[in-house]
Amino acid sequence: MQDKYYGEFGGCYVPEILMQPLAEVDQAFQEIKHDADFQAELSDLLENYAGRATPITLARNLSRIIGRKIYLKREDLLHGGAHKTNNTIGQGLLAKRMGKKRIIAETGAGQHGVATAMIGALLGIPVEVYMGRVDAERQAQNVKRMQLFGAKVHAVDSGSATLKDAINAALRDWVTNAGDTYYLFGTAAGPYPFPALVRYFQEVIGREAREQMLRLTGALPAAVFACVGGGSNAIGIFSAFLDDSQVKLYGAEAAGQGLHTDYHAATLEKGAAGVFHGMHSMFLQNQDGQITETHSVSAGLDYPGVGPEHAHLHATKRAEYLGVTDHEALNTYRLMAEREGILPAIESCHALALALREAENFDAEANLLVNLSGRGDKDLKNYFTHVNS
Amino acid sequence: MNRFTKLLKNQQAFIPFFMLGDPTPEASLEIIKAAIDGGCQALELGLPFADPIADGPVIQASAERALKNGTDFAKCLELITAIREYSDIPIGLLIYFNLIYRQGVELAYQKLAAAGVDAILQVDVPLEEAEQYNELLTKSGLASINLIAPNTSEERAKKILNNTTAFAYVVSDYGTTGVRSELPQQTFTRIQNLKAMTDVPLVIGFGINTAEQVQDLLSAGADGVIIGSAITKIIAKHVDDVGQAKVAVTSFINNIMTKIG
Repeated sequence: MQDKYYGEFGGCYVPEILMQPLAEVDQAFQEIKHDADFQAELSDLLENYAGRATPITLARNLSRIIGRKIYLKREDLLHGGAHKTNNTIGQGLLAKRMGKKRIIAETGAGQHGVATAMIGALLGIPVEVYMGRVDAERQAQNVKRMQLFGAKVHAVDSGSATLKDAINAALRDWVTNAGDTYYLFGTAAGPYPFPALVRYFQEVIGREAREQMLRLTGALPAAVFACVGGGSNAIGIFSAFLDDSQVKLYGAEAAGQGLHTDYHAATLEKGAAGVFHGMHSMFLQNQDGQITETHSVSAGLDYPGVGPEHAHLHATKRAEYLGVTDHEALNTYRLMAEREGILPAIESCHALALALREAENFDAEANLLVNLSGRGDKDLKNYFTHVNS
Repeated sequence: MNRFTKLLKNQQAFIPFFMLGDPTPEASLEIIKAAIDGGCQALELGLPFADPIADGPVIQASAERALKNGTDFAKCLELITAIREYSDIPIGLLIYFNLIYRQGVELAYQKLAAAGVDAILQVDVPLEEAEQYNELLTKSGLASINLIAPNTSEERAKKILNNTTAFAYVVSDYGTTGVRSELPQQTFTRIQNLKAMTDVPLVIGFGINTAEQVQDLLSAGADGVIIGSAITKIIAKHVDDVGQAKVAVTSFINNIMTKIG
């Protein structure tokens, strides 16, 4: 249980009924770390099903424009279209090993839901996905993909009908069906062991990226950028550089319509410490401790909390977390399409926009590494709605 | 000795649950006073939290009504103070931890104790996390209520009981709060097993809604029974008419009190 807390953050704050199922997940997690058969199957699926390793691409035109080299870790090229697949393959295999008959998941942008549905189809385990109705509407294509993979999608109407409410609904399902159901949590947040477990399966991003940067450039990058909703892609890539104090780490939070407005999801910059969704972390909340509704153009960052390790990295200043507005992210979406012929997810555009903004603070020789966490086809409709309005 | 221990060592109790501030702070106070007049022996009160993961749709809607109508932490303290002035009845409080954390844990405990709360159940703080706050809780004078779930092992239940100073809230069934048509047989064997290992009072809750069920549980050895969603549904039906809500809640409570004699 050494990974249970990150400084003062983390822990396992859940109703008693979830303690036993979480302990069961933790036990399986500890076992698979040293289980050669499990690791072999995981590696096989990551390589031959999902297409790892993902490449690193030098964004040649953007780099020329801003005068710093920007390298992209191409998780958008992973099967399923985002880094989420790393986690769902891992936890899917874990669920299978534990003999679970049913998998449930929450999803915001739909990427985690799609990645879970995909793995459910592959492993032959029925999947049910909870998704806020607002998200289901703005990511209708992902809903169809999940359904094609055979998953049942429940639209959640309570609260703000987004990711927070989808997690509430999934937790309620788990409380009811803990015996035969595995809750495949999508991000490095929530109660222990999920922050540690999801990080474990996402560390592959950082491991590969570190080695690739050394091979390609002969040195570590000056800085690493990733977007942060719950924070799984960010912790995945950060994990390999945490001990290299010369590598600056940047998390891009969703500043929505601006940090001076009420319409954002910038948990670390604007939130306060609290205890919610199983963890002691940072949350957007009112004076009384009621969790507030968030706003972001990207469903994947539209969450009022953040993984506890990010809260810790923020508190200790090992990583810096800065807001990127909807407007900046949408501009970057177009810029990437026009200049690089790449369409990143709007979530990933937050990380890219932050790298472009911060680039001038680095020497001309500096190499900046950006985790391009997912592909942006899912955001086309959203993009054109915004630019035409 | 806290009010709950005093009560439950001597008699079995029916404990209705009320969400503070549902449908409005004023109406809520009137309804709770009516329940006290109706003869219930203790109260379990909830502080409204908009994202109650252990609760079903009925309690969530209740919390939303209370919040929408201006119920916040300060208002809840006022209501509890008024209830305490009205009666000497044991008051338990069911609360999601963020509401306490946000006030400052020590300060929140002190305020709740000063308002007249006897014991609190921090729904999302299991044994392991509770440890760091036990000292502050004891210092404040609040007694503790802790959950024992259907999947809590006997070994773990023992530890939980050792840390419980008011009563153990034994969850009758898997799932969230909410009315169920029948109670699982497991609930009854659970009561017997727990009874055999402890003197800590055992109060059963989640899914109970009829006088017959209350009677069955008390006959099986439970020290108390909590009904929440069934009562909250009555309030939901009469949100615009406090008078009607009071009559209906009182009649529901009378019916149970008559049955259990």
